[in-house]
Amino acid sequence: MINSEMKLLADLFDAKTQAPTRDGFGTGVVEAAEADPRVVVLCADLTESTRSLEFQKKFPQRFVEVGVAEQNLAALASGFATYGKIPFIASYATFSPGRNNEQIRTTISINRVPVKICGMHAGVSVGPDGATHQALEDMALMRVQPNMTVISPCDAEEARKATIAAAKTDGPVYLRFGREKTPMMTTIETPFEIGKANVMWRPPAGGDSPRVALFATGSLVHNALIAARDLDSRGILATVVNVHTIKPIDRETIVREAKAAGAVVTVEEHQVAGGLGSAIAEVLAVECPLPIEFVGVHDQFGQSGTPQELIAHYGMDVPHIIEAAQKAAARRTA
Amino acid sequence: MMEPLTDAEVRELSNRANAIRQTIIEMLVAAGSGHTAGPLGMADIFTALYFSVLAHDPKNPDWVERDRLILSNGHIVPVRYATMAHAGYFPVEECLTLRKFGSRLQGHPERTRLPGLETTSGPLGSGLSQAAGIAYAARIDEKKFRIFCALSDGEHDCGNTWEAAMFAGANKLSNLTSIIDRNNIQIDGYTESIMPLEPLREKYLAFGWHVLEVDGHNIPQFIQACGEAKAIYEKPTVIIAHTIPGKGVRGIERDYRWHGKPPRKEEAAQFLNELRTLRGQIKSEHQ
Repeated sequence: MINSEMKLLADLFDAKTQAPTRDGFGTGVVEAAEADPRVVVLCADLTESTRSLEFQKKFPQRFVEVGVAEQNLAALASGFATYGKIPFIASYATFSPGRNNEQIRTTISINRVPVKICGMHAGVSVGPDGATHQALEDMALMRVQPNMTVISPCDAEEARKATIAAAKTDGPVYLRFGREKTPMMTTIETPFEIGKANVMWRPPAGGDSPRVALFATGSLVHNALIAARDLDSRGILATVVNVHTIKPIDRETIVREAKAAGAVVTVEEHQVAGGLGSAIAEVLAVECPLPIEFVGVHDQFGQSGTPQELIAHYGMDVPHIIEAAQKAAARRTA
Repeated sequence: MMEPLTDAEVRELSNRANAIRQTIIEMLVAAGSGHTAGPLGMADIFTALYFSVLAHDPKNPDWVERDRLILSNGHIVPVRYATMAHAGYFPVEECLTLRKFGSRLQGHPERTRLPGLETTSGPLGSGLSQAAGIAYAARIDEKKFRIFCALSDGEHDCGNTWEAAMFAGANKLSNLTSIIDRNNIQIDGYTESIMPLEPLREKYLAFGWHVLEVDGHNIPQFIQACGEAKAIYEKPTVIIAHTIPGKGVRGIERDYRWHGKPPRKEEAAQFLNELRTLRGQIKSEHQ
């Protein structure tokens, strides 16, 4: 059942309210800028689609148009941050942190400056644009850089909170956002703390323990919740944890929930290699080796299609999550 | 415009540059690896910057109003370390820790390890962007300090350098002065045979910059150019400084093979002897 402590939307399963997570960036960065005059936004010719437009209107002096030059975008932002600003850099995730990876490594991560890298249009759900624009390796690229925090919000409200939290964090942060409208799950009261995973669904207290823990990130948390409800009706009790922070990973919550369930499924719209699945496997391999099934993209590029078609084709829709959960539960040793 | 330097002042700066060259040779020999030609070739310019041009305070490297010197081609950092040590940022002896385990003097400069470095660099092509970022941010806050960026000619092969040049020109970053070490060499050979950069002056003019050309070993001329750059409004200034790689040591000068290797101990003794006997006598060959 829904964990009431999370103050989630009562009708979240109906998916009546939907918004792209990039909208949360748009509102969050304006709020962050109102609270802190050091916040600036640099954009690489994608002001509207990265939802930087509102910021540009409100703070024209603090908005910098860089043109189609993502390497310059990252290194310029490093300069802004070295001086004392808190720059958010907005582009598509395939270009930033894709094209400018070395500039991020040298001038932001090694240099340890508070640049906030905002990668939009992540995942196959970009849809018709095709493989070139569907970032499936961005979290992996960012996760392996020391000093970098990596956040993948589950809905627009969490994206807003993550953006505000990133502005208050000292070091470099990567924030991942999606293009498509996706279901709202969290509310203004839902807790959000960088590095603290949220248990969204768990079996009723006092009853049987869970048979599988689903660790999900991004908008696929919604699919994981639907899968958990369905698994419930099939007699497989599940836990769903929203792992919005991929790095630093919340070892405590992950180990606790994995141990309690005895089997694990990871769910992400990203290559399984290097992303959430890898991060969780790394923790569990050391702390408590358990059966794990990975839902995500398995060493393939995307292609054109509707978001729904692509999520299904690459195995990240509800039936695939249910199947993975059944497999993982069946592999339990106790 | 600045007052012209007196002959005594020029002589003093030349002597300092000579001493800095000696430190560079000593630190490279101790390190056993590193770049020789570039640091020697930029010794006069770094001396001029730290001992005449820059507003800075070695005892307070984080002074908010200081001029910023960004080193884009991080591999010539021995010249920066040596000059900073001679300027009083840290003891000259610490230069001998270059490239050693635990040293603040990393093989390529890291801002977080040594106060006064401003940025982290080494991979070429992104220094001008960082300098432009500082310049733009400082302009938002109406700061009066100036931003200098030293970069190599070879890193003009990088697209990122031109992205930054376009940005600085478009945004009229007049508080930014870049200094190109035009020594005509890069790792694989001469710049004009690897990837021709000429006409470099015209390229920068087309990108909206004010362009000056100087003899990079003529200290008063370089200082004068920095003064002129300060007087230019509405445009960033680039000073194309023609330098001789390895300047000051005849066995190294103009030889691209000295780009990326340090002198051996026996060679160093000879080079140091040459520098010491010529002390105060190094004159620009363009004069």
